[in-house]
Amino acid sequence: MKSKILLFALFLTSFVGFSQTNEISGKVIDATSNLPLPGVNVVIKNSTIGVVTDLDGNFKISKLSNDAVLIFSYVGYKTYQYKVTKNEKVVIKLTDEGKTLEEVVVVGYSTKKKKDVTGAVAVISAKTIEDLRPIKAEQALQGTVSGVVVSSSSGSPGAGFDIRIRGISTNGANGPLVLIDGYAGSMDLLNPSDIESLTVLKDAQAAVYGAIGANGVVLVTTKQGKKNSKTKVSFNSSTGFQETTKKMNLLNATEYALLLNESYSNAGLSNPFPVVSGLGDGTNWQNEVFQKAAIISNDISVSGGSDKVTYALSGSNIKQDGIIGLDKSGFNRSTLRLALGVDLSNKFTLRSNFIYTDFNRNSLSENGLGSVLFNAINTPSTLSVYDVNGNYTLVPAAQGFGNEVINPLAQIDNTYNDYNLKKLSGSIKLDYQVFKDLKLTSRIGFNSARSTAKSFSKQVDYGSLKVFNVTRSSVGQSAFNSGDYTFDLFAEYEKKIAQNHKVKLTVGSTAYEYTEKTLGGTGYDVPYNSWEFADISLAQGTGGLGVKDVYSYGGIYRRSSYFGTLDYDYKGKYLLSGIVRRDVSSRFGPENRVAYFTSILGGWVLSEEEFLKESKLIDFLKLRASYGTLGNDAIGDFRYRSLLNGEATYVFNNALSNGTANGVIANTKIQWEADKKFDVGLDLKILNNKIDITADYFDDTRAELLIQNVPVSGITGYNAPGSGAPTVNAGTVSNRGFELAVNYKTDLSNDLKLGLGFNATTLKNKVLEVNNGTGYVEGGSFGVGQSLRPTRMEVGQPIGVFYGYQTDGIFQNQAEVDAHPSQVALGAISVPGDIRYKDVNGDGIINASDRTYIGKPIADFTLGFNLNLTYKNFDIVAYTYASIGNDLIRNYERTEAKLNKLNYVLDRWTGEGTSNSVPRVTAGASTNSVFSDYFVEDASFVRIQNIQLGYSIKGKLMDKAGITKLRLYTSVNNVYTFTKYRGFDPAANSGDPISGGIDYGFYPTPRTFLIGLNANF
Amino acid sequence: MKKYILKTSLIVTLLTGLTISCSDNYSDVEPIYSLDSESYFNSQTDYNNALIGAYDLLHSSYINVMLGEIASDNTLSGGESATDTPGIQQIDEMTHTPVNANLKNIWDWMFAGVQRCNYIMEFKDKTDFTGKEQLIAETRFLRAYYHFELVKWFGGIPLNGDKRFNVDDEKSIPRASVADVYASIEADLIYAVDNLSATPSQTGRATKGAAQALLGKAYLYQNKFSQASVVLEQVINSNSYSLVTNYSTIFENNNENNSESVFEIQYTDAQGASFDCLQCSEGNVAVGFNGIRNYNGPTFDGGYSFNVPTQASYDVYEVGDNRRNVAILDIAAWATANNASYGTGYKHTGFFNRKYIARKGDANIGDQNLTNPNNYRSIRYADVLLMAAESFSRAGNDVKGRTYLNLVRRRAFGDLNHDITASGSALTDFIWAERKVELMGEGHRFFDLVRTGKAALSITGFTPNKNEIFPIPFEEIQFSSGNWQQNSGY
Repeated sequence: MKSKILLFALFLTSFVGFSQTNEISGKVIDATSNLPLPGVNVVIKNSTIGVVTDLDGNFKISKLSNDAVLIFSYVGYKTYQYKVTKNEKVVIKLTDEGKTLEEVVVVGYSTKKKKDVTGAVAVISAKTIEDLRPIKAEQALQGTVSGVVVSSSSGSPGAGFDIRIRGISTNGANGPLVLIDGYAGSMDLLNPSDIESLTVLKDAQAAVYGAIGANGVVLVTTKQGKKNSKTKVSFNSSTGFQETTKKMNLLNATEYALLLNESYSNAGLSNPFPVVSGLGDGTNWQNEVFQKAAIISNDISVSGGSDKVTYALSGSNIKQDGIIGLDKSGFNRSTLRLALGVDLSNKFTLRSNFIYTDFNRNSLSENGLGSVLFNAINTPSTLSVYDVNGNYTLVPAAQGFGNEVINPLAQIDNTYNDYNLKKLSGSIKLDYQVFKDLKLTSRIGFNSARSTAKSFSKQVDYGSLKVFNVTRSSVGQSAFNSGDYTFDLFAEYEKKIAQNHKVKLTVGSTAYEYTEKTLGGTGYDVPYNSWEFADISLAQGTGGLGVKDVYSYGGIYRRSSYFGTLDYDYKGKYLLSGIVRRDVSSRFGPENRVAYFTSILGGWVLSEEEFLKESKLIDFLKLRASYGTLGNDAIGDFRYRSLLNGEATYVFNNALSNGTANGVIANTKIQWEADKKFDVGLDLKILNNKIDITADYFDDTRAELLIQNVPVSGITGYNAPGSGAPTVNAGTVSNRGFELAVNYKTDLSNDLKLGLGFNATTLKNKVLEVNNGTGYVEGGSFGVGQSLRPTRMEVGQPIGVFYGYQTDGIFQNQAEVDAHPSQVALGAISVPGDIRYKDVNGDGIINASDRTYIGKPIADFTLGFNLNLTYKNFDIVAYTYASIGNDLIRNYERTEAKLNKLNYVLDRWTGEGTSNSVPRVTAGASTNSVFSDYFVEDASFVRIQNIQLGYSIKGKLMDKAGITKLRLYTSVNNVYTFTKYRGFDPAANSGDPISGGIDYGFYPTPRTFLIGLNANF
Repeated sequence: MKKYILKTSLIVTLLTGLTISCSDNYSDVEPIYSLDSESYFNSQTDYNNALIGAYDLLHSSYINVMLGEIASDNTLSGGESATDTPGIQQIDEMTHTPVNANLKNIWDWMFAGVQRCNYIMEFKDKTDFTGKEQLIAETRFLRAYYHFELVKWFGGIPLNGDKRFNVDDEKSIPRASVADVYASIEADLIYAVDNLSATPSQTGRATKGAAQALLGKAYLYQNKFSQASVVLEQVINSNSYSLVTNYSTIFENNNENNSESVFEIQYTDAQGASFDCLQCSEGNVAVGFNGIRNYNGPTFDGGYSFNVPTQASYDVYEVGDNRRNVAILDIAAWATANNASYGTGYKHTGFFNRKYIARKGDANIGDQNLTNPNNYRSIRYADVLLMAAESFSRAGNDVKGRTYLNLVRRRAFGDLNHDITASGSALTDFIWAERKVELMGEGHRFFDLVRTGKAALSITGFTPNKNEIFPIPFEEIQFSSGNWQQNSGY
């Protein structure tokens, strides 16, 4: 961490000398980068006399005695001594060995030196972000931090990411608290190049954020200008294209027709394709739907500072088209940022940071029945894209084709929407150094966002009965305004008592408010049935008498908190911290609003003990332990209040009449979720700090789980229109596991430098209690018209466990069918070639009671591995990520007789002994499509996330041009995924804790090829 | 140094104290753009709005109507396949168990109706205004309507007077006896009869006649024949209603709220709906469910081919009965005559429930199968006549029994040649048989069979002393923690 904090000599005394003659001048540079180091203290040994290097690293001291020794010291660098024997000009190289221990980490409202941290804390530096070149900042956490899993519900440009720190603890919101320079914000709207570091608080360290820290905390620190540094201009540009990483293996037209004939004859029906020859391969709809799509990204930043003022100014733009529908699923984000720091006086310091984001995104129907990819998979390959008249071919409306399967290209073409978000966020922070040991800080952070959305529903006919038919065009528009502020006021008091005791006390308060307002409406009969004219102002039609064409919504949420932390440090060996926080949330009723959270953390730096101090092997060793309670209030607002926001609509005089009715059933008793976090860990550095190891064991138990929509007795009327079941504290979930992170860094020679990183996490997730009468909460859906839910949160099982029938091979002959319990309760009489299901409860009949646990969406292990190699002017980085032991439910096959299928059905059962895994095909009724482990697949994978090759141009010419860095690179993101999973993307997860593992045909994360350049002036 | 510590603690205390004093109030915020349910009912409009909410649940009684047919000998389940909506399939087979999503819907939705009525009743004395008796009378009519459905389907149910149920009441409030539920229904309807106006202020609102007819029906279900005959004859003598001359026009969308309609549930196609919330639809969901599978042709729209009449139901009509081809559509004959095409679903019989299948010409707002505008003719004057006929017949007044029965038959056949002349129990049997053909497809059949003791004879798979009522939903028994006993046999 170069010049993280610059220290200045307090003053320079004028030089008084006797008979000295020597004068020395020179330059101090970084040994690795050869960049000048400003602000280095240069002091004459055994004196208080010294100077500080200037902006270019230059210094000059005259009138030195003959044997004078100069001491060069600089935070994060090894102190260097130089004996002056004559008048000379020198270049002093400082090496940054061991600097990470001096690195300052944000651990809450204040900072700590990394070596003093007692919690499980991980830091991602700007360097890692530079290596990964993520489009969104969340991606920088994928595979780089142990215990953190980042998943996306979609690979479409601009789609959000879900971050899970140490597992899934609740079936509500599971994302961590994200604080940008102290205020609540969202990472996806940041320009990743603006980020200085990402700090992840994984254990009770987060307790200072008590109320909202239970899911872990990600602290984002943005880049600031550096004091006494020349203006630095940095420019990054990249461009490239994206493509799909995968196409499924579907039946071609000939295979499809032959198989269809077989399935019809198996059902005793006549062949739909009497002539198969000449059909050829037909249309591969995936080839039609997937395209190569462009991506272009530019950002520029200017930063610098004088001795009183620092500044950083940056702008960025990224434009990314979708690999499906190009700009119809495209995204465009621009950001503008200004960070300004001013030392107002000796006592007052002002820091400010403002970010403006403009975000545009269009989207297509995704990950659901009848979504674009779902249709690309299911549309028969015998159909052509266009008919003889050049119009889109309609998927027939006849039986066997499904009412929601339509030509996916027509679907893309007829999808029109537009979303724009403009957001200004930032913070202003004032520090008041009251006296040496006491600092007061006041900080206000805010987000102010307004977004507009428009969606045009074109009048269109895909053929009789298709559910996407629109008989009347309409345009829906909405405007959404939201704003929040975080106001912090706190004091830090730091004191050294006697020689060996260091105490730091932080107390303060935080107030947070979020408000939102939405106004929307719908206009009917859009002129010319055209997107160009799709606006309420032009659409003259209304929904009809009594239909409300407009709506509005408002929300408010407030939270106020007090906190105190006490840190104690004895000789830098024994570290102890205690944290207390009191929170009040408007989401709970008056009796349950207040909650207290406490935690205690301890550390023992063994390497400071006499017996290890001289160790050649061990440079640093610290044992840590923490235990604490945290909370969570991530539920809807006012769930304790009974509000009249239900639906009350009846028809009088043949027109709609609207009245009032109760909304969601209130639960006056709801209270905070209570999380208990336990962690023991160690930090170890060995072999001259070349190897850096962090290991942790964690055990989190989340009790009083806030479960929304917990079914209650129907007599309460919760199933009325617009009503809903209450939110209840009804469960306990445990997450346990080990984390290990190892980093190795070495200079193999002057030219060859190597860095390796490895991290691993094990996770055991278990539901300990679901207190709703049944012991489980169900979620998700499988197939069409199957009422049994496929996923559960159930006691004794991991959250989101799959629940269905267990298969036991295929019936090979009638004797086997006869010998087995009847399966007719599943909807049809079984015949040879059908799946045999296990009689799990042994009652001699196969029915819904035989369902059992057949998979889980949570990985047992996640691993990250990365490599950094620099040779002369070349550099290579590679990041890989693996997830082992997670399953997905294959739910993108519509089991209608005439739709296309994946080609694994070619291995179907066609007679005794032909297959014991894939059932026969039939156009008739069968029990083969009920939810069973036949549809559960191992979605373990290893993914090469990123490979980047760079070349830095160096030389005199660069120096003359004032260019400090010019690097060209090429990179491939999402290079390759090793997996057995048949679907598009094994890493996909809708993010829902219970039903997240159901794959309707996830939009795959594209593979991206980029070329780019980084230039610093 | 001491001074510093002193100063520090002073500042810290000040700081903390300052913020604490305002803090707990800070989080005490009111929801915006929202009304609190407990501080409502401050004006007549508030009452009227809440009453609309109480009417709303009538829409969701479509499932009662469908299942009332499917459970009976009139129709079969149908649908796409044996696994299409298992709850419906099981009821057709009489294999239903307490785990049944569709029975749970009836329980949940009818109780939601009760709850919304009792929301008004709980606050009925808060604000006074003229016309309040009419409003309370409509509310009590609706509560009786929902209670009557619940007692028909489930037998004894929990009652909580004029108060709403709260979470956990299921653990303490017992199931009232069937007699107590009927007592509540009678009390509500007697109040409604006394306070409702004979003509509605708006089409669709409950009237005095509707309350009388429903009261008569409730008496009849309890075999209180003399009371039933009195109140049903009051409806007849009011001269407010008359039979529509042409039976075939009764169920068309251009003849809604006709002279024969005593109480009609009002549906519309003006608003969309989805499977996520069928009870939210303002359309008649049953119509789309009953519709012809994969239909292409004139007059009708397609649907999901549930609730298909049996051959026996088609055959039960006498020669010359105009009602057969109105009640039952012979799809093969229709397709041939009109060059239409259709698909065959599960348990395809070749017949569809013509009174309540989708018609062409509605707005087709999505999902069009869920938003059909066909009103449900809940209580028709013909039903009132037949109930009156039955009450008189079973009370021993054959003359009036025959008179009212033959009014219905004359309309059906268009002549006087088909009048019934029987007496005594033979007459009663004729009236019961007439109910089947007159009210085919309208959801009454199962309960008529049960209350007349004929269910076991007529319904395949029917188990006496069990299937007369349906099981309390499994989840409800669990929620009640032993407070409620399951119905016998389940």
